[in-house]
Amino acid sequence: MSNVSKTERQAAMIREISGANPAKCMKCGKCSATCPAFDEMDIKPHQFVSYVQDGNIEALAASKSLWKCLSCFACIERCPRNVKPAKLIDAARQIVEREKGGDYLSPDEIPALLDPELPQQLLVSAFRRYRR
Amino acid sequence: MKYSYYPGCTLKNKAKVLDAYARASALALGFELEEIRDWQCCGGVYPLGSDEIATKLSSVRALADARDHGRELVTLCSACHHVIKRVNDDMQNVADIRTRANNYMQLDTPYTGETNVLHFFEVLRDRVGFDALAKKVVNPLKGKKIGAYYGCLLLRPGEIMAFDDPENPRVMEDFIRALGAEPVVYPYRNECCGGYISLKEKEMATRMTDTIQESASGFGAEMLITACPLCRYNLNMTANGLPVVYFTELLAEALGVKEGIEA
Repeated sequence: MSNVSKTERQAAMIREISGANPAKCMKCGKCSATCPAFDEMDIKPHQFVSYVQDGNIEALAASKSLWKCLSCFACIERCPRNVKPAKLIDAARQIVEREKGGDYLSPDEIPALLDPELPQQLLVSAFRRYRR
Repeated sequence: MKYSYYPGCTLKNKAKVLDAYARASALALGFELEEIRDWQCCGGVYPLGSDEIATKLSSVRALADARDHGRELVTLCSACHHVIKRVNDDMQNVADIRTRANNYMQLDTPYTGETNVLHFFEVLRDRVGFDALAKKVVNPLKGKKIGAYYGCLLLRPGEIMAFDDPENPRVMEDFIRALGAEPVVYPYRNECCGGYISLKEKEMATRMTDTIQESASGFGAEMLITACPLCRYNLNMTANGLPVVYFTELLAEALGVKEGIEA
């Protein structure tokens, strides 16, 4: 399979999994302005939209932003065009996690991360977001 | 009045008091929370992918169980509430998810989103009423300046959660007022605490909770209340931050039923 067709397939998958329509974006930047993880992201929320539109999926899949999104839904709430950047980011993350070896969290890491107050909710949330 | 009740994993472990104070307070207010039999963990975060079905099924099971008992479904943990409310919206409005989930579940009666999901705050506001609550307060929390920390999950996306105005909510402030205390409105009350990022990147989460804590104390709050065990955990990472307690603890205290409940 050529790279081009893989990229096209992945871009289509991101559109499908996210249910979001990047073509509606008017580049106002409100998503990035409101994102609490903005400083930590290499590709910013408003740029995610362009990457999907341009089919630049390889860069997206390699972006550390996938693991910085907090699912706080501020970008979804405040987007005037209902583009849903957090859903695009999640779909890109899904594409990475669904490939073998794409997990961001291993159970082996857990013992060292535990402390007596840590709520179960944190573990289940992290496992769901960071691996298949 | 009896409600079906979904406690969730953390309320059986690290956040037992969130659950215990709620049950005791409910009885004092004249309603009962009946735990759903054999409930399963909601997964903590809503599965955003439109093609994800298996991860939504535990919510569907809880929702269908409440429907079968003819009751509304009550939650306490913000995360459980968020997940179950959004899956319910999917079952009402997204034909593909509804069809595939029902094909998998093979329930006697297919589930199509009939259950009304209520957060405990909504029970207090919309079923009990804050005026009626205020009348049941025997131990008013006079003089306490309390900041409500809403976080993300109860409010957003506002269209689906329909909990309160997502940018300018008031239900927690009205709750604080009903208990006889003074609510402190501060700018960061609906900004993110970092959520699950605190597992692997504590520094990033602490930067966020420092901002929230500073915002609350700067506006004069003496303590914070929350409905979410993860928000509480994260907010407690801030050095010398305000104390953070579950809202049900204050409720039980004001209703005079706090004593005797194991903390």
